[in-house]
Amino acid sequence: MRFRLDDDQLALRAGVRELLGRCFGRERLRAAVDAPGRLDRALWRTLGAAGFFSLRLPEADGGAGGGLPEAVLVFEEAGRALLPGPLVATHLAADAVPGAAHGETVVTAVDGELVEWLDAADTVRGDARDAVPLRSVDPLTPLHRLPESRSPAPDPVAVLLTAAEQLGTAGRVCELAVGYARTREQFGRPIGAFQAVQHLCAELLVRAETARAAVYAAAVTADPADIAAARLLADEAAVRGARDCLQVHGGMGFTWEADVHLHLKRAWVRARRAGGSAWSEERLAAALAD
Amino acid sequence: MDLSYTPQEEEFRARLRAWLATALPGLPAKPPPDDWPARRAYDLGWQRMLYDAGYAGVHWDSSPVLRLIFLEETERAGAPYVGANFVGLLHAGPTIAAEGTAGQRARWLPPILRGEQVWCQGFSEPGAGSDLASLRTRAWRDGDCYVVTGSKIWTSHAEVADWCELLVRTDPDAPRHRGISWLALPMDAEGVTVRPLRTLAGPAEFAEVFLDEVRVPVAHRVGEENDGWRVTQVTLSFERGTAFAGEVVACRRVLAALARAARENGRWDDPVLRRALVRLEAEFRALWRLVQWNVSEAEASGGVPGAGGSVFKLRYSHARQELYDTAADVLGADALDLDRPWVPDRLSALAYTIAAGTSQIQRSIVAERILGLPRGR
Repeated sequence: MRFRLDDDQLALRAGVRELLGRCFGRERLRAAVDAPGRLDRALWRTLGAAGFFSLRLPEADGGAGGGLPEAVLVFEEAGRALLPGPLVATHLAADAVPGAAHGETVVTAVDGELVEWLDAADTVRGDARDAVPLRSVDPLTPLHRLPESRSPAPDPVAVLLTAAEQLGTAGRVCELAVGYARTREQFGRPIGAFQAVQHLCAELLVRAETARAAVYAAAVTADPADIAAARLLADEAAVRGARDCLQVHGGMGFTWEADVHLHLKRAWVRARRAGGSAWSEERLAAALAD
Repeated sequence: MDLSYTPQEEEFRARLRAWLATALPGLPAKPPPDDWPARRAYDLGWQRMLYDAGYAGVHWDSSPVLRLIFLEETERAGAPYVGANFVGLLHAGPTIAAEGTAGQRARWLPPILRGEQVWCQGFSEPGAGSDLASLRTRAWRDGDCYVVTGSKIWTSHAEVADWCELLVRTDPDAPRHRGISWLALPMDAEGVTVRPLRTLAGPAEFAEVFLDEVRVPVAHRVGEENDGWRVTQVTLSFERGTAFAGEVVACRRVLAALARAARENGRWDDPVLRRALVRLEAEFRALWRLVQWNVSEAEASGGVPGAGGSVFKLRYSHARQELYDTAADVLGADALDLDRPWVPDRLSALAYTIAAGTSQIQRSIVAERILGLPRGR
């Protein structure tokens, strides 16, 4: 039992973080916010070339032969960077839709009553008839609404990768809160010296680290009940974490310029994805009733 | 990331499991919670059985992973809790092993392992609880002895303890963290008075200890004079590290039993209660993974539990209280009956966010030592 990242996994995480920093840094992020609904095809192809979508395909099929733990690390980085696009749907279509694996085709999927990135996608999985656009709360995720839910029980892998993205947000908003608390001064000292702020930051870390242990373990066991538990904790760590981070930023946190709101809004969108909390709660209730 | 165990670790688990299956049925009945001499005899008897079977000191001798397996398997089998041996096995023992001289290790460690000595912890004082470094119990040097005067409080097992790991102020003029020393105090020394304290949970779980010119040989000091604060940090890192690992296994068993009870009495159909149970299931699954993560990190960094202990302790102490509050919702009116299972646990869980560093202190530790925020006020 050696439950920590091995050298290959550490290198993978560092490599993905470096790549995303280069091709989707803060300037690109804010440019994307200013051009809502437009999916950056060049970026999508870069992700495809880096193996983002083909990660779990066997090497014989042109993939990287990675497993769920590797996929979780990559999607955690995507969550940290607020990378836009139907990442999970395209990743899951890598072996089924031509061009998806290498970023040539953008694939989205009907997910309950919602579809992300419907207008930008080349292929839609599921029945998206009568989809009506809504004014998405997240400027980086265009959404359509269906008259009723039209998808079966979610794929546990979609649940896990969504949890991984939430974990990325949980870790990132903790860093943002701590960075701000160290430098922002009030009453003649950094606000991070005040216990009220310190304790908000501590809880941000505690929620993120607890979720991290659960998400990584679920990636190793691939057990649907473990995945459900990880999802519930990751949703909590992302949504509450982003709110607490916004609070630490004070008035700045309520502005459009600070990135905090983008994390919170994306966390809200992800929390509705792949069965939402209801599927995970029912799955876990079944395990508990066993 | 690997959650599987090595063949050696699995072999250890299988051997331990087989031994527990034969050893536990022969155990005498558990003594009542307020009969301290009987509890002492019971806990020491169990420790002696562990010693004879070769499992004593798994807590400090072996790898953190073997320690985790030991805690997991003993809890799963329903073996006795470490009980009155808690301080000796989890605090004083590891501290003496890490910081003591060869002579001190030879003198104190074997009796702890063989179940011959009970230790208690003389850290907190009436004026020095969370602010431990402000302790005022004084020790003057007089020849080969320290002369100790002061008082300690919240001292678990003091009435039946043979030894006390005692923090004293040996230099009142030094900065407060730098004038403290760590002493082994024999509880039968002249001038030691113990007064049990009744807790809200009913029986006396701990005591006040009064020290009136007690003579303690200088040879009983572990670590250098005035270096006791550093020695104490070693002790506390053990306390917050893996000490609670077995309890997480126990909480998961309680949760499964609660779900069964709720299905039997119909409360499982209450969606609010079912949701509370489900959230706790997610919580305790995650806490077990956090234990495994922390243990793996500790093993990689040489065995001493790291700062992850504070993260775990914070989350676990609140989850434990939540667990027994939810148990009360499953029990309904029976939650007011002290003879019902889980009701006494609900009371004792109230100590968890206070003992071993309050949640407020833990949050400050996380903020300042892990996140690197400026020192608080």
